[in-house]
Amino acid sequence: MKRHRSLLLLTGLLATACAGAGAQNPTPTPRMFMTGADTAVFRDTLSFMRPQYPSTYVRHTNPPVVIRNANILTAAGQELRGATIVFQEGRIVSVGPDGPVPTGATVIDGSGKWVTPGIIDTHSHLGVYAAPGTAAESDGNEATNPVTAEVWAEHSIWPHDPQIPLAIAGGVTVMQVLPGSANLIGGRSATVRLVPARTVQEMKFPGAPYGVKMACGENPKRVYENRGPSTRMGNMAGYRAAFIQAEQYRQRWDRWLLDRKGPPPARDLKLETLAGVLRGEIWVQNHCYRGDEMAQMLDLAKEFGFTIRSFHHGVEAYKIADLLAEAGTAASVWSDWGGFKMEAFDPIPENLALLTQAGATAVLHTDSPDGIQRMNQDMAKSYYAGLRAGIALTRDQAIRWITANPAWVLGIDSLTGTLEVGKMADVTLWSGDPFSVYSKAEKVWNEGWLVFDRLDPEHQYHTDFNLGQTAPGVGR
Amino acid sequence: MKRTSSTALLRTTASAALLLLASGHPLTAQTIAITGGTVFPVTGPRIENGTVLIRDGVITAVGSNVVIPAGATRVDATGKWVTPGLIHAGSRAGLGIASLFQQSEASVQGEVTPSFSPAEGIDPAAITIPLARTGGVTTGIAAPGGSYFRGTAVAIQHAGSRLEDVLISPAVAMVLDLSGSSKAAGGGSRAGTMARTRRIFRDALEYARRRTDYQRGAMQELAAPAAELEALLPVLRGEMPILITANRAIDIRNALRLTQEFTLRTILSGAVEGWQVAGEIAAAGVPVVLEPNTDIPSFDGLGARLDNATLLRAAGVKVIIAQGDPGGERQLRFGAGNAVRNGLTWDDALAAITRIPAQAFGLEGYGTLAVGSVANVVVWSGDPLDFASAAEMVYIRGQATSLHTRETELLERYRTLPPRR
Repeated sequence: MKRHRSLLLLTGLLATACAGAGAQNPTPTPRMFMTGADTAVFRDTLSFMRPQYPSTYVRHTNPPVVIRNANILTAAGQELRGATIVFQEGRIVSVGPDGPVPTGATVIDGSGKWVTPGIIDTHSHLGVYAAPGTAAESDGNEATNPVTAEVWAEHSIWPHDPQIPLAIAGGVTVMQVLPGSANLIGGRSATVRLVPARTVQEMKFPGAPYGVKMACGENPKRVYENRGPSTRMGNMAGYRAAFIQAEQYRQRWDRWLLDRKGPPPARDLKLETLAGVLRGEIWVQNHCYRGDEMAQMLDLAKEFGFTIRSFHHGVEAYKIADLLAEAGTAASVWSDWGGFKMEAFDPIPENLALLTQAGATAVLHTDSPDGIQRMNQDMAKSYYAGLRAGIALTRDQAIRWITANPAWVLGIDSLTGTLEVGKMADVTLWSGDPFSVYSKAEKVWNEGWLVFDRLDPEHQYHTDFNLGQTAPGVGR
Repeated sequence: MKRTSSTALLRTTASAALLLLASGHPLTAQTIAITGGTVFPVTGPRIENGTVLIRDGVITAVGSNVVIPAGATRVDATGKWVTPGLIHAGSRAGLGIASLFQQSEASVQGEVTPSFSPAEGIDPAAITIPLARTGGVTTGIAAPGGSYFRGTAVAIQHAGSRLEDVLISPAVAMVLDLSGSSKAAGGGSRAGTMARTRRIFRDALEYARRRTDYQRGAMQELAAPAAELEALLPVLRGEMPILITANRAIDIRNALRLTQEFTLRTILSGAVEGWQVAGEIAAAGVPVVLEPNTDIPSFDGLGARLDNATLLRAAGVKVIIAQGDPGGERQLRFGAGNAVRNGLTWDDALAAITRIPAQAFGLEGYGTLAVGSVANVVVWSGDPLDFASAAEMVYIRGQATSLHTRETELLERYRTLPPRR
């Protein structure tokens, strides 16, 4: 019975997909994957024609919410005092001095409190390096080959990682989960919503482009010291060899997809991902600490005709802020962490401020299950470091480091990352100024769904792992 | 040439060298009056519009009606907050020239090395030391790394050019790890680790009673080399504290058992599940060193929670705050701020990075602004536990120190990018 129902549901989705895209498209571009509708037609055909691990995320229905008398940092240019935000059916319907109260709305007094967009982390390993940290759940690095573009982080994510509710309690609504940095090309990333879920498919952000993790410098050359690459020049040769193969693969496939004559070329998951990069469908997320090395990677991207969406861990990004601004490549960086290895020897707390001043897209990321719980604090540290150095910065620019700018890095900035009418209701209510160490995320709405309420245990999510233990860990 | 010889002259006496400025200023007997600030003595309530008077590296007066001697250097701290220099009980600054993992001098191989002190691995020129100062940290207590019996923790001040200048004590506490990472030392079980620890302690006492027998070869084989047992004797005589890493509630209870059996002056380190046994820790009079942001469950502490410090304090435990990460020195004050965020009082949080660690580790005269205290004083632009403020002046033994770091130079070099080539 249950099975029949899900079959029906599937048919319904297929029909929707057919209406939205597919055969009627007036300007067909070469496309690898069939939509669900195509699958029905090509039932007996090959794997690449079928849906590839689609998101099953569905927005939860919730009553409308009105937060009044709050200080609102929109991340869209404004900090409103004593203002009102209204959201309904997962969308922001009003932000301003006043607002409508929809029928059945939950009305919250925001006096003395702050509202910001839900925080977005461009660099996390939650779920792929779950807690408790055991070898059994160390699933972040497929360190068996320097190029493993064929692996997908989502196939490692454990939705019951108890670190996920801790991050939610820090006001985070969306994160990019990446493979680790052992490899030159480590595999695909996944952009997920931080929501209670039984499967990772229920967390996947619908429509978010895939990223691919690449890594410069010390890590790959250390891991593959014995078989190569063992030097930075070896690293570069490794990326180039992989993309040369990918160019040929892309040509073969694009040619076949245009006329579909004869048998399709052999499918290669590694090259499929890299061909996606060359087509601009899969975005490069590049672990790279040193400024000079980032400049090398920008040249590599020019050689193969793609854009690096963001460098990650760019401890020296401030040294090449102008190059980043010119290339349209963001820098995801820490506030003041560094010094722990040679390529991280030159951190300065003014990194984000200098990047912002240079017109580059500046992003604060964590790469840390601890840091992701307190991203507002790192934002504050970087903001005040910039001010103390005499760099002109606004609080709006600073809040963008953890909201609008990371949304851009993940390709979801038209949907979320700011508090503007029409955007998704990814909203965090803070007990006080988020620039203060004493403030906590008090309530967190993920597309309108109240996924965390510090004041109400009914809205504090505990993973399966947390059950039956003495300290569920959140809500304090 | 002249400068070299005068520097060498100054270094001929250790006490003179102690007063040598980290920034290289010449030594003078100096009286400094820090006036107009909100003063936090940590021994009592805050003093508005207070004065801290320093002479020859020692605090000679604190209060709101202090007579300032003629000739004193006045430092206007109006609108500023004045606290003791912070003490970091989880320090790594100086244990290696940089915080690169490969450059660490914190540990030696072996499971039972109580005689090891990392003191002579400390480099007063380490680039981490000025960074620590920018976080208002004037004193570091650095425990050796590794597992099980690691050696002694050292205490250093963050100014001076020779080991003799910076070293406050090569051995403020013996360090013992009873957490899960010492299971191997017990053959694979915590119970084995406990049994081995008791054998080592008993053999140390036995060895102390029967040195002559030992020298004649008339003793059975000891549980550790004599030099290592010798190093444990101050602990077993109650002369030196023992810093025991224990995170699970059962590990903490095991540590408290040893404390009772051998009459130890225990300080707990980690204590992730301390809140579960807070009453027992308080009853044993045992202080706790913890990291306030620990909340990720591990099998060494499934009960991790952010209000651990708050619950321990409420039970009457003396709480010391530390930050373990590289760069932890600079994060120390924010660790204390986070403890406040999670329920600790602000006064307790400041005490947890000043007076309490000084008391627990026997650093008399440190961690307070009181008459006779070592003049380690920080002038902050505002609340030291929050992000908006910064350390503006850091005095160590009465001398203003430099807040110039590698970071400062990098900022100045790249503040304006050079033209493209």
